[in-house]
Amino acid sequence: MRQPNLFRAAEFTLLGVAFSIGLSAISRWGYGLDPIIDMTAAAPIIMLAAPLFFLVGLGAFDYWFYWASGKKTRPEDHSAHGATGWKDYFRINTDHKVIGIQYTVHSFAFLFIGGLMAMLMRAELAAPGRQFVDPNTFNGLFSVHASLLIFLFIIPVFAGLANYVLPLMIGAPDMAFPRLNALSFWLLPIAGVMMLSSFFMPGGSFASGWTAYAPLSDTAPIGQDFFTIGVQFAGASSIATALNFLVTIITMRAPGMSFFRMPLLVWANFSTSLLVVIATPFVAASQFFVLLDRTLGFNFFNAANGGDVLMYQHVFWFYSHPAVYIMMLPGFGIISEVLASRARKPIFGYRMMAFSLLAIVVLGFTVWAHHMFVSGMQSWIRIPMMVTTAIIAVPTGIKIFSWLATLWRGVIHLDTPMLFALGFLSMFTLGGISGVMLAMIPLDIHVSDTYFIVAHIHYVLFGGSLFTIFAGVYYWFPKMTGRMYDERLGRWHFWLTFVFFNATFAPMHLIGVQGMPRRVADYSEQFAGWNLFISISSWVVGLATLIFVYNMVSSWRGGPRAGANPWKALTLEWQVSSPPPIFNFDNIPTVVGGPYEYGVPGAVHGVFKKPEVPAATAGATAGPAPAGGE
Amino acid sequence: MRRGKTNFAQMALVGATASAVGIAGGLLIDWFPEAASTQSGPIDTLWDVLLIVSVPVFVLVTVVVIYSVKWFRMRPGEEQMDGEPIHGNTRLEVIWTTVPSIIIAALVVYAYLVLVDIEKAPAEGSAKERHVHVQARQFAWQFRYAEKGADGKQIVSDVLYLPEDESVMFDIDAEDVLHDFWVPAFRMKIDAVPGITTHYRVTPDEPGKYSAVCAELCGLGHAFMRTDVVVLSREDFDTWVSEQGMPPEGADEEADGAEGAAGGADAGKALFVDGNGTSIACGACHTLADAGTTAETGPNLDESLAAEDAAAIKGMIVDPDADLADGFPEGIMPGDYGETLSPEELDALVNYLDKVTSK
Repeated sequence: MRQPNLFRAAEFTLLGVAFSIGLSAISRWGYGLDPIIDMTAAAPIIMLAAPLFFLVGLGAFDYWFYWASGKKTRPEDHSAHGATGWKDYFRINTDHKVIGIQYTVHSFAFLFIGGLMAMLMRAELAAPGRQFVDPNTFNGLFSVHASLLIFLFIIPVFAGLANYVLPLMIGAPDMAFPRLNALSFWLLPIAGVMMLSSFFMPGGSFASGWTAYAPLSDTAPIGQDFFTIGVQFAGASSIATALNFLVTIITMRAPGMSFFRMPLLVWANFSTSLLVVIATPFVAASQFFVLLDRTLGFNFFNAANGGDVLMYQHVFWFYSHPAVYIMMLPGFGIISEVLASRARKPIFGYRMMAFSLLAIVVLGFTVWAHHMFVSGMQSWIRIPMMVTTAIIAVPTGIKIFSWLATLWRGVIHLDTPMLFALGFLSMFTLGGISGVMLAMIPLDIHVSDTYFIVAHIHYVLFGGSLFTIFAGVYYWFPKMTGRMYDERLGRWHFWLTFVFFNATFAPMHLIGVQGMPRRVADYSEQFAGWNLFISISSWVVGLATLIFVYNMVSSWRGGPRAGANPWKALTLEWQVSSPPPIFNFDNIPTVVGGPYEYGVPGAVHGVFKKPEVPAATAGATAGPAPAGGE
Repeated sequence: MRRGKTNFAQMALVGATASAVGIAGGLLIDWFPEAASTQSGPIDTLWDVLLIVSVPVFVLVTVVVIYSVKWFRMRPGEEQMDGEPIHGNTRLEVIWTTVPSIIIAALVVYAYLVLVDIEKAPAEGSAKERHVHVQARQFAWQFRYAEKGADGKQIVSDVLYLPEDESVMFDIDAEDVLHDFWVPAFRMKIDAVPGITTHYRVTPDEPGKYSAVCAELCGLGHAFMRTDVVVLSREDFDTWVSEQGMPPEGADEEADGAEGAAGGADAGKALFVDGNGTSIACGACHTLADAGTTAETGPNLDESLAAEDAAAIKGMIVDPDADLADGFPEGIMPGDYGETLSPEELDALVNYLDKVTSK
């Protein structure tokens, strides 16, 4: 009972539910409303309060409560660091390596759930007419599919991978705020369970798309609240993690790790975190507006009472366009790591790579209304948005060309992470090209809200983000688990995914231009052939993912030992054992050069030395042990 | 050793060939639906230009990836080898910043010119622009014309009829949630937004039958919120206008104000096809052979009402969620017909439906 664990968390959750119903009943009694106990009225309060009780029960706030109440705080001896068995992953743990794995595995669980929903949708769409699900369920499926994959897969899985490797890369023993880090993670299952459980509500799950445009979301059944409130928890998690990354990167770099000696993954997460802390409050605001409209009868988006329907879209996209880069920049970082180490070459134009990230951060805030070219907003604003949207292709192009130049004259190891990285280069280029096309207003007027958009976002988020995630997971799997994945299965996974990803999404460009709107359970007969082809291809993509799952699970249990540095990479995370020691570094590393000095004779990124030894110059001398390079 | 042996000429040739094939293939594909407005031409051409510019960019990236793998792949014995430590090349970086910037700038200017072209008002001195009011609601369209019908009322239709070669400005309103009025054959769309009136103009230039679809998720019936768009020659359109508001065929002999069963049924048919101006016409969503409607948002009434009597039909109209046909969700049909139709209108509609479906 007193021990913080999932059991106590469940008890506290029930307590939270009782508290919320009580609060609702008291208010209703006070206003003379009948009946006193109305679950529809209490539900939003439960959704806001019960998760906080859950977190208290779980022990996420224990340290702070002890401190605030003047009790003796438990000495932070880090005895809870590290995980000795699978059960340790189900309780509060402040070790960034445990949290990183919690994040990653948890996110992948939602990838599979969200992916299954896509398979169901493709079953319905395999032929025109209604077959498996009614229109309301269908609208729910694509809404929950997108919400889960955006808010509970792509965004947190990047945070998870970075959680694991970023402190190691900069030579830090942990994140700057380990307790906040644990809290950030535990906010996610709340959001995920909430979004999923909306399917069991009267009226079905939320069904107004992941964009939840008002006023449709204002008047939708109660399932909508599960999105509106779920996003608050996912968003709070994002913001807390981003702050943590920023402080960690700024204050906890090892001696000698100047900004321009940081690996590009660190740069990428620095940029992403800037985007998150600035942009995410806007999506929180947009959903609070909807929540107030829904529960308390505010009129933010009720045109009949002076509400402004377009305001929702402006506030929403002011987050959700930068969110595209939140879902892409960490992937850029992963690709830089994988390409440099698997092509055995320094990143071409390192500084331009870093600056282009920052350029994307700034430009990313100036393009949001390109999602609204046909929204009915004032027409002049479309022109500057077209210009900025097109300009953002330039820094992105710089990155693509620099990666290509990194490959050139390298020694290319064509293993699974590299395959996914190369797949990313070509597929993301396609997604970028269709993005430039969409910036062109006259074309966008025709194709917006069609399958062309569906194709574009999946080339960016699947061919782009997901390929980088797979590359990153394969690349750091040996570091996280100490074991090597099965290379042959990895290649099968890549080639099946690559081929059938294209078979699934490439034809969507065509049927979109031909006139098939998105978000429809039924469509005109003329699109039947392509839709059947797309459905079958998508199921193969789903099956290919099973290979990945099998590979990960079986290799984690019984794969061959990987050793500390199977890729012979130079960055710091590979200079410690796999998995790393509990506090990452037995000796604090000193960074003496760039992170990608492959092929430079005698070059070293970091050295480990006893604190009292004076700083060594470059190269391997008798004193400090070289931490990398040949 | 073989390592590092490159052949730029071969790579350029393969790239050029692949680009040519890609562009040719891209232009041969029949991307767009049929074109029926003067706006279609510039937009379709813009697409072709974008395709021609895009294919070489994609080919460039892909060819470099493939040749890098071909020429610089690790071969047995090279396991411990590193690549050349090339850190950058300022001239290259300037090139791949500048060239894309120029291409992008050119495309933006071109797209701007196309935008001005497709949105420009008809030239001075040409015929006055027609305004059609588009009313969007869950889950049907209604079109109101400036002209009056034979009965002196403003013409209202659930199918959009337009004359050829006349610029038309759509004034679009939404009653409930966001919708989006899209006629793929015209290439133009805009959201219908509660609280504001949105607009766009097209000049239909090809007689024929097309479809209008809702492109913004608007709820349960979104996928089925479609209607027909008919572009007519000038004369045919004038004929259509002159026929509007005429009593239905066969009603000529009926005395004015008669509430006989036959007269009620004819009034019912008119209500079914056109609504009464505030109600959504039944035919906007339902197929009924006698009325000649073919919409598929709701059940086919020839089948689903065949076994129902007048009382049951009335119940279904007034409270549609009480007894839903299989596969149709709650709330898909407006529940307010009891208010938007007068009792007389409701009876006329019920009589009509009972008569034509009970054969």
